[in-house]
Amino acid sequence: MSDAMHTKTIAQISADLAAGTYSSVEITTDLLARIKREDQAINSFITVTEEQALAQARAADAARAAGNASVWTGVPMAHKDIFCTNGVLTTCGSKMLSNFEAPYDATIVENFNKAGAVSLGKTNMDEFAMGSSNETSYFGAVKNPWDHDRVPGGSSGGSAAAVAARLVPAATATDTGGSIRQPAALCGVTGIKPTYGRVSRWGMIAFASSLDQAGTMTRTAEDSALMLNVMAGFDPKDSTSMDREVPDYTATLNNSIEGMTIGLPKEYFRDDISAEMQQQVRNAIAEYEKMGAKVKEISLPNTHLAVPVYYVVAPAECSANLSRMDGVRFGYRCDNPQDIEDLYLRSRSEGFGAEVKRRIMVGAYALSAGFYDAYYKKAQQVRRLIKNDFVEAFKEVDIIMSPTSPTPAFKFGEKGGDPVAMYLEDIFTIATNLAGLPGMSVPCGQVNGLPVGLQMIGNFFDEARMLNAGHQFQQATDWHLKAPAGI
Amino acid sequence: MSLDQEQVRKIAALAKLKIDDTQITAYQENLSNILELVDQLSAVDTASVEPMAHPLDAVQRLRADVVTEENQREHFQKIAPAVDQGHYLVPRVVE
Repeated sequence: MSDAMHTKTIAQISADLAAGTYSSVEITTDLLARIKREDQAINSFITVTEEQALAQARAADAARAAGNASVWTGVPMAHKDIFCTNGVLTTCGSKMLSNFEAPYDATIVENFNKAGAVSLGKTNMDEFAMGSSNETSYFGAVKNPWDHDRVPGGSSGGSAAAVAARLVPAATATDTGGSIRQPAALCGVTGIKPTYGRVSRWGMIAFASSLDQAGTMTRTAEDSALMLNVMAGFDPKDSTSMDREVPDYTATLNNSIEGMTIGLPKEYFRDDISAEMQQQVRNAIAEYEKMGAKVKEISLPNTHLAVPVYYVVAPAECSANLSRMDGVRFGYRCDNPQDIEDLYLRSRSEGFGAEVKRRIMVGAYALSAGFYDAYYKKAQQVRRLIKNDFVEAFKEVDIIMSPTSPTPAFKFGEKGGDPVAMYLEDIFTIATNLAGLPGMSVPCGQVNGLPVGLQMIGNFFDEARMLNAGHQFQQATDWHLKAPAGI
Repeated sequence: MSLDQEQVRKIAALAKLKIDDTQITAYQENLSNILELVDQLSAVDTASVEPMAHPLDAVQRLRADVVTEENQREHFQKIAPAVDQGHYLVPRVVE
């Protein structure tokens, strides 16, 4: 791997800036030029904030010169376009918010600003985070840097592709049913979705409030730990934020994993997953066994119900959350509304894309008079059964591992006709969100030159153990160092 | 569970969405497929299962009933489609 600035990790950049190898303005300028040059091909950014980035970089260099530098001072990164950024376009991948300059910063954006990070811009995503391929973005699909005919995954496809293409070393992301882990797997990068309530969602545009969680997209587990150190913690402005102590996630990265018990759920190693895919994951497990971990087959018997539960809960909650998009106070408004009804109907129908409309309608139906018990209540009951499966499993194992996605990156349009085919892309990731558990994906192999992800599921608030396991794997293997051609 | 076109129109109206006549069939088919996927739930015995509202069974946190936000009306209304003298403008509602 070359020594160029764009190939460096957060940890390396932080050390280089401290050593004076280059300045924040130098690496920021380098990456901005790289984005300008390379991103036309993959479309991973919706907005590049060149001026603000350079201003932040200059301020960071000045702070360092004055002796006020910490880990993140002057380190470049990007935000998924679902996070509100004060005075900067925040579109959520939708025509509905294509003119929305957020009037405030999300808590985690503020956290990174305070830490001295430099934001290069806002990354592309499926519209309102609803999709597994980035094909639903109003701003055009993101292309997978490994193969431009293939999807990067979704919904955080822009963040994953930008990190994989070495346009930024790290980006924020969100995960409601797999939107961090699946694109991380398909683009060959590392991402963690923390425990529900671990990271503040204030200023993160809501999709399904009982599932949404913010997380990381990086090239290494170590960098994800560095990001989570900035992101995790209690926020009184988010009523779902949990008031729990936050460890230093970097402190335990080098712990030995000798004696760690890995659970392999038999329902996640299905016959319809290709032998090559399964082999990559089995190889990774073998690597852990070499490091002294123990392996135990477990059962999560309600796994097959996760996707059906999700497609009640998520649409129901999204239909409520997206009712605020009405063309009155912010966002898109149709031309020449004839009356208030016309204003609502046309603003929403013209502003939302097809997948968002479908989910709003499924949700409106599930919540409509007479159907609540049969759908939402039923789904919440089955959801408890799914969570209980995990609670039982974690009595016997420390961590659960599986493939992240059923296949490597698929081609554009491949699952276009039938939304249900697309929904099944998330069969291994959705249950984690339903249970509120933390999940992570690290690159663990390749099939036909395309990256394969290893999913880890941890117990509640056990992010440190997953980051430790991810880091140890990356000390022993080099899958996380593999880059798409031409980088 | 399969929906007829009238049901699709009714759901769209509930959701304040307008679906073109040319697209009704596609929505009807897609929504029916999704509901069919979801129908697997009806076979599960949940008689004694408490619905799960929160993964950690947390309850809504309360705060003291005091003003913590300052008024930023002008700042927030800068991004509104139409405002006048501090009010959001919409087409006439009352004749």
